[in-house]
Amino acid sequence: MIRWLLIAVFVLALAVPFFNQAEPSLFGFPFFYWYQMLIVPVCALLTFVVFVVEDNKRDGK
Amino acid sequence: MTYPIATIIFLALIGFVILLGFSAARWNAGDMSQIEEWGLGGRRFGTLISWFLIGGDIYTAYTFIAIPALMFGAGAIGFFALPYTIVCYPILYVVFPKLWKVAHKYGYITGPEFVRGRYGNKYLGLAIGVTGIFATMPYIALQLIGMQTVIGALGIPGHIPLMLAFGVLAAFTYTSGLRAPAMIAIVKDLLIYITVIAAIVVIPAELGGFGAIFAKIPPAKLLLATPPAGSTGLYTGYATLALGSAMALFLYPHSTTAILSASGPRVIRRNAVFLPAYSFLLGMLALMGFMAVASGVSSMPQFAAGFKQYGPSFAVPALVLNSFPAWFAGVAFAAIAIGALVPAAIMAIASANIFTRDIYSQFVASSRPQTDTRVAKLFSIFMVVGALVFIMVIPSTYAVQLQLLGGMWIIQTFPAIVFSLFTRFFNGWALLVGWAIGIVSATWLVALNHFAGAIWAFHVFGLTVPSYIALATVVVNAVVAAVLSLPLNAMAPDRAGDETIAADYS
Repeated sequence: MIRWLLIAVFVLALAVPFFNQAEPSLFGFPFFYWYQMLIVPVCALLTFVVFVVEDNKRDGK
Repeated sequence: MTYPIATIIFLALIGFVILLGFSAARWNAGDMSQIEEWGLGGRRFGTLISWFLIGGDIYTAYTFIAIPALMFGAGAIGFFALPYTIVCYPILYVVFPKLWKVAHKYGYITGPEFVRGRYGNKYLGLAIGVTGIFATMPYIALQLIGMQTVIGALGIPGHIPLMLAFGVLAAFTYTSGLRAPAMIAIVKDLLIYITVIAAIVVIPAELGGFGAIFAKIPPAKLLLATPPAGSTGLYTGYATLALGSAMALFLYPHSTTAILSASGPRVIRRNAVFLPAYSFLLGMLALMGFMAVASGVSSMPQFAAGFKQYGPSFAVPALVLNSFPAWFAGVAFAAIAIGALVPAAIMAIASANIFTRDIYSQFVASSRPQTDTRVAKLFSIFMVVGALVFIMVIPSTYAVQLQLLGGMWIIQTFPAIVFSLFTRFFNGWALLVGWAIGIVSATWLVALNHFAGAIWAFHVFGLTVPSYIALATVVVNAVVAAVLSLPLNAMAPDRAGDETIAADYS
């Protein structure tokens, strides 16, 4: 059940106390902003992994 | 102030997409007298078109104006749009390919139709359908307001341009159905991507870089306030706002319509992977609110009248006029205006599908293929004209408040639509009672907030937990539906009314 990996998306995106910080900043962006921008591609990648694994399994059947 | 060059570019682009809208009927044409063709594009859209169509649905003119406006006015809380449009995609991935499969097999074109088929209960279908139409109406009105803001920013006064634009919208929706917004969405997204990329390259350079922009934001707006003792404060406020909005998103009729028009479940799953590209764009757009603060547009005399009339919603138009040459402002405003036409068309079509299949053919006259399409087409005009009248008669603050309520209402369809794709444990009548309690309690709490706030401070075991009202009330709704299902399944079982079979959900 690879799709349990999608739980990580919710944890990463909703861990507000963890990312409600100004530091460390990156290219002038406070942590709060660059972290949430960064997890967009990270979470898309997680979904992609789930998609590829499930898709291969379906073809294998 | 008027901007002739920007206006000419703006009108030329709008004119182009209107032509596109009318010619869309011939694109991959099917038998347009069938409601599946008019209202669902024949369920033939592949990954790329679905990407544009669902993207056009979620990221609307209202989003482009309202999210930066929230950042501009309230600060960090406005960034909830990002986690919101991140967590909605796992939900899309897990839930909606299932809905597509069962809808395809039984010919359902709306969410409420599935619920009616699942429980054999047309009153439950009616409740879910009416919720969808009522939640959609203010949403269309807000698209009009978004369009009005950019038309106003170009210095064109009065309601006439807006009436023209939406008259044309009603006309091409009538003739082309869902193919029109699908085709226009491609142009809209290209323009939006160009605008946002230009904005993040040009504006920070003018203002001295992102560091300088963030440095100009007051500390209280830069981050969420640390919660006081005994409360989870804005931490839960922010997280529940994001999660609740994500749960509600694909239950809106226009989202369901875009999903069901895909050519298969695999297209939907692939889009859950590729749609987040828009979320990144939305994050950049949100930051335009901060760019507007840093650029000081709100204290420039040439924008004083605009801010007075439109409030923080004027932040993005003012920023665009201030930072770009006139011709590019025309492109950016056209992007926003077309960003209103696309979702407004899909919303009108989706509501029309619901009216036809879940209200008219169930309670007025029995369903026949030819009359179905005629009823749907006429109802789509009613929705557009209704929204137009709505914003002309009623102050725009009411549209915003009703949109807030709409979000609270639409999420109450979550147990009936989403849980029913995974289990037949629930009883149809129990879901109806849960729905009613959810609608009433959410409306009541929003009224106690004077229709201004989406968050309510709940007290749980001595701890204060501020939460998005929609999320808290849908939990109550689901618990009531589950608890009532036990006795009702014993006394008034409705499993025999289920026209679907277990294999449909594997």
